[in-house]
Amino acid sequence: MSRLVVDNVVAGYGAEPVLRGLDLAVPEGNLVAVLGPSGCGKTTLLRVLAGLHPLRDGRVALGDTVLSARDVHVPPERRGIGLVPQEGALFPHLTVARNVGFGLSRGQRRNGTVAELLELVGLAGYGDRMPGQLSGGQQQRVALARALAPRPGVVLMDEPFSSLDAGLREELRADVRSALRASGATALLVTHDQEEALGVADLVAVLRDGVVAQLGSPQEVYGRPADLGVALFVGDAMVFEAAPEAGIADTPLGPVAVDGGGRGTVLVRPEQVHLGGASGEGVPATVTDVLFHGHDATVLLRLADGPAVRSRVQGPLPAGRGDDVRVSVRGPARFFPAADQPVTTAMASPS
Amino acid sequence: MLTAAAIAAAVAALTPLAYLVVRAFGGGTERVWQVLWQQRTLDLALRSISLALAVAAACVVLGVAAAWLVVRSDLPGRRAAAVLLVLPLAVPSYVAAFTWIAQWPGLSGFWGAFGVLTLVSFPYVLLPVAAALRTADPALEEVARTLGRSAPRTFALVTLRQVRPAATAGGLLVALYVLSDFGAVSLLRYDAFTTGIFTSYQATFDRTPAAILGCVLVALALVLTVGERRARGVAAVRGARGAARQAAVVPLGRVRVPAALGVLALLTASLGVPVYSLLRWLLAGRSAGADLGDLASAAWGTVTVSGLGALLTVALAIPVGVLAARHQGRLARGVELASFAGHALPGITVGLALVFFGIRVAPQLYQRTPMLAFAYAVLFLPLAVGAVRTAVAAAPPVLEDVSRSLGKGRAATRLLVTMPLAAPGVLAGAALVFLTCAKELPATLLLRPTGTDTLATELWSNTEIGAFAAAAPYAAVLLVVAAVPALALDQFLRTGSARTRRGEEASR
Repeated sequence: MSRLVVDNVVAGYGAEPVLRGLDLAVPEGNLVAVLGPSGCGKTTLLRVLAGLHPLRDGRVALGDTVLSARDVHVPPERRGIGLVPQEGALFPHLTVARNVGFGLSRGQRRNGTVAELLELVGLAGYGDRMPGQLSGGQQQRVALARALAPRPGVVLMDEPFSSLDAGLREELRADVRSALRASGATALLVTHDQEEALGVADLVAVLRDGVVAQLGSPQEVYGRPADLGVALFVGDAMVFEAAPEAGIADTPLGPVAVDGGGRGTVLVRPEQVHLGGASGEGVPATVTDVLFHGHDATVLLRLADGPAVRSRVQGPLPAGRGDDVRVSVRGPARFFPAADQPVTTAMASPS
Repeated sequence: MLTAAAIAAAVAALTPLAYLVVRAFGGGTERVWQVLWQQRTLDLALRSISLALAVAAACVVLGVAAAWLVVRSDLPGRRAAAVLLVLPLAVPSYVAAFTWIAQWPGLSGFWGAFGVLTLVSFPYVLLPVAAALRTADPALEEVARTLGRSAPRTFALVTLRQVRPAATAGGLLVALYVLSDFGAVSLLRYDAFTTGIFTSYQATFDRTPAAILGCVLVALALVLTVGERRARGVAAVRGARGAARQAAVVPLGRVRVPAALGVLALLTASLGVPVYSLLRWLLAGRSAGADLGDLASAAWGTVTVSGLGALLTVALAIPVGVLAARHQGRLARGVELASFAGHALPGITVGLALVFFGIRVAPQLYQRTPMLAFAYAVLFLPLAVGAVRTAVAAAPPVLEDVSRSLGKGRAATRLLVTMPLAAPGVLAGAALVFLTCAKELPATLLLRPTGTDTLATELWSNTEIGAFAAAAPYAAVLLVVAAVPALALDQFLRTGSARTRRGEEASR
């Protein structure tokens, strides 16, 4: 029942629409992350789905029920779509239990549903607290429990983790995922944080200029981006102009295996750049700096003939600042044939 | 539903104005121009405007400074000062004027009116600014300090900006209050618009000139209202971050003693002088033997008519305030503006308009309590609308979105989410309306139910005949009656902030 379909939706505020014919299908029970830079229409999409903002054209349907269309508007309270706004937005005048029970009938509030939900989000026994007495992460958990309480077909989450610190974020993400799985709810999460989108979702929808540029699993979106824009937005990347022949592109990093031919752009992820000793094979380069992340590190390099590149390495560091090394590209890289005009981007700036 | 109720309230608020316009043009257009272009009309306008602006400016300065001192600084005795500084609200302008004249009979004219009106109306700025300071996010000030701004510069750049909407709204209220004040300016012999209207009513049976002057006064108030909307700026609404954090107390250092003396001087002038003068006349009148029965029935009269007035006013204000806070459209603006017009109608004008209306249209209501309550509602709707609008605007709209997504309809959401969150502000507004009704004089005089006396009318009757000693007990009880809501209001703000502080500690 809870397959959410967004069909060619146009919506916005002024003369220029923010959503320009957006299509999106969310399979039942999935968690979909809508990823995009600020201003791409993420929040507008959320408000349209929740019924808080009218659409100008197109259709939103949940299962067989049309929720929004040009002459249809099911009010938010009859959609069965839950909402977890930024920073939780708990009702400050109600206890945690009353917050969670807000969308339930009197009978449902009494039969233990609230306690079950609090347990689901890891806050058993917090029912009598006031929202002001909870930490940010706890408020988010209560907000999720509150949204799940009436068993909505879909739960919408607006940057739910953005106000939390990193450790808490990681933990809460995992808990939200399992809580959503346990409840079987279909969920749509809006975020501008690519790491969050890739790490938490079953499917990632990359939103750009009011349309979905790509919908796919995190692996697909990262590994097989639909176009250069998606590739550069999702994950770190370097791009080189090239005209590959027989599946091999000649780049400043040396020969790179690609799919396709003609003029175009080669996209290399930093983790594909392999570092070797100064006497080994590959292109000579000098280490200019090392950014250590704990689980891995980014090595900043300058090639002998000029351009700066990056390599992501795991395990023990093979080189330090000032060392001379050799670099080569491992595995196949994505190749984007030039469309009408030649691609002018020589190199993506390190992000 | 909401819109319909708001429009109904606006129409009700505009009824006396409509009558005024009908009366004003009853004598033809030439007559209107003839009255308008008299030198006297222009003089009156100039005198009223300059007084209103001067008092409003002084009140903003005093109100903001005092609010900051009692909320944010380590002023000695700031808790007591916070309570006492609200009390001048309970001193009606004509009582204050009377006590000052009784003490210094030479006091009169512009400076007399300026001083007395400033001392009774600065709490109109202090109260909303103190509330804004209590709820403002201290993080902004802290950031400014870390960016290298000194404490005074931070106050000027950040704090003042945070309280600007509250201060502007309070200042406008003061200006409107001064513009329509009758009691103080007449006692202090400052010839302003209201006294001009009164004289013109009394002088002849032709009420047309008075109606025309009343229309001009409404126009002036509309100008002030539009100016306020422009100046209000964007009020910073904090996110739905659970509980607000309390700002740290700022040590005053070397200015601690001068600041304390300043607050003491303000309290002496605004409370000490009236109380001392009153006590003197009370003692002087003890030999005259005041009738306790009369006193009690007058007090009961004040409580009943003011209570009913406050109830009706808030009931009418809720739809208007909610509409103004949640909708941007032309309709919402128009409705709010219409509700504001009532405050600019001087009490005497509303009173006479409703006397006329009562005799002609609703004789069964004429000189009955509902008619007086309606006059109060027309007069004090802006006060209540302001309180409701501020309270509703402070409740984050996202909470309403969440409530809708949880299956509650528009009406249920307003009932379960918006109103509980706004209730503190609405109750504060109701208290403010109640004490303003209790102090109201001219409309009460004209519309009071037959056989009912209120403290204000008894005080006035006795003052009229120069019986200051006989008037003093009524003034004293009136002060007590009006002080109760002021104290409750302050208590309320206090426990509100204590509750958020407790929440803050628990979350650590």
